[in-house]
Amino acid sequence: MAWFRKPKQPLRSADKRDLPSEIFKKCNGCGELVYRERLAQNAQVCPECGFHSRIPPEQYLTLLLDAGSFVERETNLHSLDLLEFHDLKPYRERLAAAEQKLGRRDSVVVGDGVVDGIPVCIAVMDFRFLGGSMGSVVGEKVARTIRRALELRRPLIIVSASGGARMQEGIYSLMQLAKTSSALARLHEAGIPFISVITDPTTGGTTASFAMLGDVHLAEPGALIGFAGPRVIEETIKQALPKGFQRSEFLREHGMVDRVVDRRELKQTLVLLLRHMWTGWDEEA
Amino acid sequence: MATPLHLEFERDIVELQKQIDALLRSAEEKGIDVSSEVRVLGAKLEVLKVEIFQNLTPLEQVHVARHPRRPHTLDYVSRLFTDWVELSGDRTFRDDGAVVGGWARLNGDSIMVVGHQKGRDMKANLKRNFGSPHPEGYRKSLRLMYLAEKFRRPVVTFIDTPGAYPGVGAEERGQAEAIARNIREMARLRIPVVSVVIGEGGSGGALAIGVGNRILMLEHAIYSVISPEGCAAILWRTAAEREKAARALKLTSSELFKRGIADEIILEPPGGAHADWDETGQRVKEALMRHLDELKTMEPEALVRDRQAKFEAIGEWAEED
Ligand SMILES: [Zn+2]
Repeated sequence: MAWFRKPKQPLRSADKRDLPSEIFKKCNGCGELVYRERLAQNAQVCPECGFHSRIPPEQYLTLLLDAGSFVERETNLHSLDLLEFHDLKPYRERLAAAEQKLGRRDSVVVGDGVVDGIPVCIAVMDFRFLGGSMGSVVGEKVARTIRRALELRRPLIIVSASGGARMQEGIYSLMQLAKTSSALARLHEAGIPFISVITDPTTGGTTASFAMLGDVHLAEPGALIGFAGPRVIEETIKQALPKGFQRSEFLREHGMVDRVVDRRELKQTLVLLLRHMWTGWDEEA
Repeated sequence: MATPLHLEFERDIVELQKQIDALLRSAEEKGIDVSSEVRVLGAKLEVLKVEIFQNLTPLEQVHVARHPRRPHTLDYVSRLFTDWVELSGDRTFRDDGAVVGGWARLNGDSIMVVGHQKGRDMKANLKRNFGSPHPEGYRKSLRLMYLAEKFRRPVVTFIDTPGAYPGVGAEERGQAEAIARNIREMARLRIPVVSVVIGEGGSGGALAIGVGNRILMLEHAIYSVISPEGCAAILWRTAAEREKAARALKLTSSELFKRGIADEIILEPPGGAHADWDETGQRVKEALMRHLDELKTMEPEALVRDRQAKFEAIGEWAEED
């Protein structure tokens, strides 16, 4: 693949050491300094080693949907502090800080879009917002998106990136696993496709609900995907975990993921899959 | 059967009980009548039990829910049901001892029972993995629920787990997938499902057998998104703050009832469920019969709608332009 071809005379890291960080970024995969512009052209995939850096929801929407087709929905929902939860910081402050920093109200963006001519309903999670955790708002937005897919008979795509349930919402957050999975039960019965795209990292209650309930599971290379976090497992079994444990490739090998897909080929894969599984969309015309 | 363990805040109860026992022993030896003294002490003991158990802190509730002498699923099975036939295995990998299930008869009616099972000593816990299921435990549960559906029998689940097991094999075999599938499939079962939280309702590992038309909770049972220890370690960065975490998580039966998640609290006898297994069993049996009688009259579609509507309504948020 052309993307991975190394330039003939790569700059040695030493030569680039003093160059400004606005221009170069050190790759978390290979440690090479890579031109930021080159990374941007490459959907934040390292041209040297293929390492996938995390990207925000907006970028997934651009990458996966036809230009200008996205219409965001359910933007009015925001979280309440139902338990008046106060750990080292009050939950309200954590929410306000995340909202301020990211300019969104919670950790998922949902709406309608078109994938190579096929209308879909889509939800994309934002790990930067309180670790992509799922509280009442995420559960409700995802459930509404599922119900909309059901109502309009459109395929559903969910791009997950989440540490799991949001502890600050206690039992409400746990019950969002049931809320979203219950809505998916009806989508499943209605014969409407759901493709789950799993990105780094996806763990806990998000994996234990909609992320693992797709008709097809696609995972980005090297993504951490699991139920328990690796640290919890290490503390439980008192052993170091093997290399590659709970990564996408490991999950594919163990039968939990259908394909590990390079981000730059994600849209193409979605289109192929949707055309195999879905024909309902031409009837709309 | 009895593990001679008690909790810190139960010490006064245990001391008083010892006094009564000693008094009865010496009376027997010396052939004297102590019945009036015993009556006085006995009354005092009952008051003490009520007082102590009505004023538990959230962390103490957690300890009662995990009490080593608290009745577990099989203790209810032997008290509530007849004609018990335990069934084993997920038909894929193995039988998981952390989950038990099988046919039983409740007041003459056939039902399917599925529950987490803890052990009371090291040997039993080796078999039961302290009530922490692997994926095969959830797959076995689902297999049995499908079996119940096939023969149109209600399902009763008993929830009592610290959580799904966080281990290498569990992850390899798809712990998250097993839980997710159970939750989705339980949401579409065309039969009555009643879940009873009898001890610890530990997160996704509990919910995986907990998507019922009704959720009942024993008075001192807990239900939480994460254990107080785990929550403290993450949010307070030290497990030592478990007291604060237990308080913050609002994990007691009264909180869950107040928030409309638990449909009923089953009161425990004075001194907690572990003080009187038979009486506790009787109360659970009465509640189960009442809820199953109600659900029995509903059509399969109505049961599915009822369950889905119940869970899809949970959550609170603000919505404004
Ligand atoms: Zn790299």
